[in-house]
Amino acid sequence: MTWVLGNLELIWDLTLEHLVFALVPVVLGVVLSLPLGWLANRTGIGRTFTINVAGLLYTVPSLALFVILPPLLGTQILDPINVIVALTVYTVALLVRTVADALSAVPAVVVNAATAMGYRPVRRFLAVELPLAVPVVVAGIRVAAVSSISLVTVGSVIGFGGLGKMFTDGFQRSIPQEIIAGIVLVLVMALVVDGALVGIGRLLTPWSRPVSTARSAA
Amino acid sequence: MIEFRGVTKRFPDGTIAVDNLDLTLDAGKITVFVGPSGCGKTTSLRMVNRMIEITEGTITIDGHDIMAADAADLRRGIGYVIQQAGLFPHRTILDNIATVPLLLGWSKAKARQRAAELMEVVGLAPEMSRRYPGQLSGGQQQRVGVARALAADPPILLMDEPFSAVDPVVRENLQDELLRLQADLGKTILFVTHDIDEAVKLGDKVAVFRTGGLLAQYDEPGRLLARPADDFVDGFVGRDRGYRGLGFLSSAALPLGELPTVTLGDSLPDGAGWVLVVDGARQPLGWIHGSGRDGGLAVEHEHLIPGGSLYEVESGSLRSALDAALSSPSGQGVAVDGNGSVAGSVRADDVLRALEDARPDPAAA
Repeated sequence: MTWVLGNLELIWDLTLEHLVFALVPVVLGVVLSLPLGWLANRTGIGRTFTINVAGLLYTVPSLALFVILPPLLGTQILDPINVIVALTVYTVALLVRTVADALSAVPAVVVNAATAMGYRPVRRFLAVELPLAVPVVVAGIRVAAVSSISLVTVGSVIGFGGLGKMFTDGFQRSIPQEIIAGIVLVLVMALVVDGALVGIGRLLTPWSRPVSTARSAA
Repeated sequence: MIEFRGVTKRFPDGTIAVDNLDLTLDAGKITVFVGPSGCGKTTSLRMVNRMIEITEGTITIDGHDIMAADAADLRRGIGYVIQQAGLFPHRTILDNIATVPLLLGWSKAKARQRAAELMEVVGLAPEMSRRYPGQLSGGQQQRVGVARALAADPPILLMDEPFSAVDPVVRENLQDELLRLQADLGKTILFVTHDIDEAVKLGDKVAVFRTGGLLAQYDEPGRLLARPADDFVDGFVGRDRGYRGLGFLSSAALPLGELPTVTLGDSLPDGAGWVLVVDGARQPLGWIHGSGRDGGLAVEHEHLIPGGSLYEVESGSLRSALDAALSSPSGQGVAVDGNGSVAGSVRADDVLRALEDARPDPAAA
């Protein structure tokens, strides 16, 4: 505990850095995945192509991606943008499939009803299909967010790892307290973010909650 | 008025769902498309709001070709009710009903006010407005579906097997309400069902389709039952069509017989046979038979034998009159006036004689 109490300011800074590096890619990934998932869901070929490419991207090891990206993006090897871009790629790879699945799970009868009421495709997507896809999409975002929080630690190898820095530093300087504190904080962060996402999902889907009021007869 | 002119629908795999359909739907009336599955009735309905595109031919609404309009604009002007309601699960009942007004650009307040009015029209309690479709019974959801279709007051309603997924009692209820609504609204309604009883009950005119998208007969329901065009229609119209056909003949001309009555609490006349017991307003309560009873017995509730069905003289049909006679313990059907007071009696023989008189002259047919 002495190490922790003596380095509270450092731990706080690393925690904030970690949170930014983990969540900015998740937000960017969600924004990119929604139109991609929509496109993937339009045609059978588009779906196969998008999902295979996404699957392939996810298999690229994170460390390799951190190294490959600078020449591709024209950034310095120690640029934090590398971490953000790499984790965004992973989020998109995870979420495109989820979004496509979530949209295809929206009941056809509801989509047809919306068309028959006079919705045009874009408005129908935003007003009917997307809201109904929220429960499944949120489940996907939870996986992506937790995975992103854990992957940020790998960035510590190139100097932008947030709490991951406590692993490398603690290992190099033989301070077990620092390593353990880092692990605990990453775990707590994952739990808190996951809980927050569950809460957001509930707020967005008031209709899917169990009936609280008594039913009245027909 | 909706007109189908040489309308054909051929699907990409080559199957012909609708074959050269020529049909005119009367404005302000209910037209029912009925037939076995695969007869093209639903496809025909969906071509009207372009949920399915026509392969050949034209459909016009009040003389305007539906292909000339933008599909979404066309659909906003046509109410649509589907099986299992197809409500938006993520919107409250009120917002579901307000859908089309909002699409048409009404203000939120005005659209919701209109939606609240419609909840009353279709018989939904106001406290349901904040609930979600998943919290309602099937019958209630279907009412919401009807309200949603009526929200922007379209002149045309398309109803695609709207009541087929609810239980028979609720279905009959919804059918009666639709007829009540239609009496007020006078919409041009195209209703699709596979249930011939529903078709005959609701339709001002019924179009019977046969497999392959061919129109077998297009007629008023009474004529459909009395004169099926061919063996297919005869088979489809089904059993008891002779008896069901009586439902389309008025009972107003039936001669009414005398009916001995006694008011509850009064004494039974001596040597009476079957006597109808009535209340102070002459509304029937049940029967009593004089045999084995002392004359002068004060008639009480415990003496009553339950009566059969009643029929209303002015608005009733020969079917209801015949049923009243057949179901009455005395063999005398009880006729009532518009207030429910006893008007007289009718026997099964009288109904059959009236039917004989009404039979068209074979030479004229």
